[in-house]
Amino acid sequence: MKRRKIIEETIFRIISAFAAYSLIAILAFIIFIIFLKGFRALNLDMVTKIPKGGFYYGGEGGVLNAIVGSLYIAFGATFIAILVGMPAALYINVHLIRLRRTQNFIRYLLDALWGIPSIVYGAFGFTLMLFFGMNASLLAGIITVALLITPIMVRTFDEVLSTIPKGLHEATLALGSTNTEMAFKVMLKQGFSGFITAVLLSFGRGIGDAASVLFTAGYTDLIPVNLDEPAATLPLAIFFQLSSPIPEVRERAFASAAILTIIILIISLGARYLSKKYSKTILR
Amino acid sequence: MVTTLVTILLIPLIIGVGLYFKAAPIIENQSLWQLITSSNWAPSKGNFGFWPFIAGSLYVTILSFILAAPVCLFAAIYLTQFSSSKLLQFMHPVIDILAGLPSVIYGVWGILIIVPLISDLLAPIFNTNSSGYSLFAGGIVLAIMCIPYMLNMMIEVFNTVPIGMKEASLSLGATYWESVKHVVVRGSYPGIISACGLGIAKAFGETIAVMMVVGNRIQVTLNPFEAGYPLPALIANNYGEMLSIPMYDSALMFAALLLLVIILLINLVFRYFIYKTQKR
Repeated sequence: MKRRKIIEETIFRIISAFAAYSLIAILAFIIFIIFLKGFRALNLDMVTKIPKGGFYYGGEGGVLNAIVGSLYIAFGATFIAILVGMPAALYINVHLIRLRRTQNFIRYLLDALWGIPSIVYGAFGFTLMLFFGMNASLLAGIITVALLITPIMVRTFDEVLSTIPKGLHEATLALGSTNTEMAFKVMLKQGFSGFITAVLLSFGRGIGDAASVLFTAGYTDLIPVNLDEPAATLPLAIFFQLSSPIPEVRERAFASAAILTIIILIISLGARYLSKKYSKTILR
Repeated sequence: MVTTLVTILLIPLIIGVGLYFKAAPIIENQSLWQLITSSNWAPSKGNFGFWPFIAGSLYVTILSFILAAPVCLFAAIYLTQFSSSKLLQFMHPVIDILAGLPSVIYGVWGILIIVPLISDLLAPIFNTNSSGYSLFAGGIVLAIMCIPYMLNMMIEVFNTVPIGMKEASLSLGATYWESVKHVVVRGSYPGIISACGLGIAKAFGETIAVMMVVGNRIQVTLNPFEAGYPLPALIANNYGEMLSIPMYDSALMFAALLLLVIILLINLVFRYFIYKTQKR
């Protein structure tokens, strides 16, 4: 009887260890394959030139248009998300601090919002675009991606703000500050590590999402200079160029995939590093 | 400040209403039931039957769930019960990066690895021919994409089980695995189910990665080596031509509305369970 139990424990311990370590293996495998394919195609032309003779058929040139377009859209959307999201997160944790139930209800709704797939945002952005009579453009892309990442921004920032001790609120209020002063002068500084994480996380989501910009930002070989011009994006550059019949164009897709992966890795690890760095100075 | 918060919370409502207005013509024209269950898809003739797409979506989602759920469960058990906290520290960035990789990267990986694997290795084993672009490939890629989401939630759920309960079970003479099995896992049943549900919702709405490997052929089939055509892929593939055929845009917006409603419902229900367990 006892032996059977020991055997059972050993078996399940091995299975679960295998499951846990396989995740590391999967991540390493994915990144290895993307880099292996991508670095072979990656050269200076890739990141400094726009595609020559069309992104689909022309074999020459690089993907600078997509890199710049993606950065424009991600920066623009993150900027809007900060403008809308930061006050909202502060409001939940300052003005609603005594209303626990309301707070929890709002968090519940935000979590559910997080789950809406990006293709739905894309479709909605498209209807919005038609409603206002716009064409596929940088602006439409920025607005759609901003809609997508704002809930993420709020919820991530809020997660850190909610861990700030209540005593700090009371101390601030006792010194005679208003709620709004407390929000921007105390809470924002205390939760700065969370703010950085939220911004970088949203930025990462914004730069990597394809389905939401598919309808709204369009695709072009040129670098956009105005808000009403269409813009190419890295995920779509990968998606479109991979289906091209020309090998050189497909190589460009692999190079774009490597570039996008590097950007995401930098953002991920950077968020971790910065949030650690800024959380050192927090009062506990 | 309050306006920004209210605006954000109204987003799903605004999206729902916006999509409904666009989808209204087709809902008025044909009965809802017929739209969902008919498998006759010929936009130029005005026939819109969504069943092949819904079936394709369900198929890849369920397949990915079957593949991902056991891995997540065991990995979460190992990370919270057996391993050192150092490994958990190391795994957090790993899970974050897996969750943060864009879906198009998973799609590229799927095309490079999974598709050839299926056409050259797995299909001959089962004595069938397959191009590799199949429901099975979609299921595998989706499974890997869902793992970090489900795993994160399961780790959180297991961490809410009080250590005292495990200690009580150990002091009664149960082995460590028995305590984990009967106390930790059973105690967090609602949480585990919710994590699975949210994983399913995530898989159901995933677009680009699935679209790249699933083959995109309109058919209803049970054979995993055949191609399929999930609902999000339908929307993403046809936006270009939808304005030229009458009712087509309205049909696609109906598909988006369907996705929104299903996923929002799943999310609201299972999030509610999670909040219940966290309060305990």
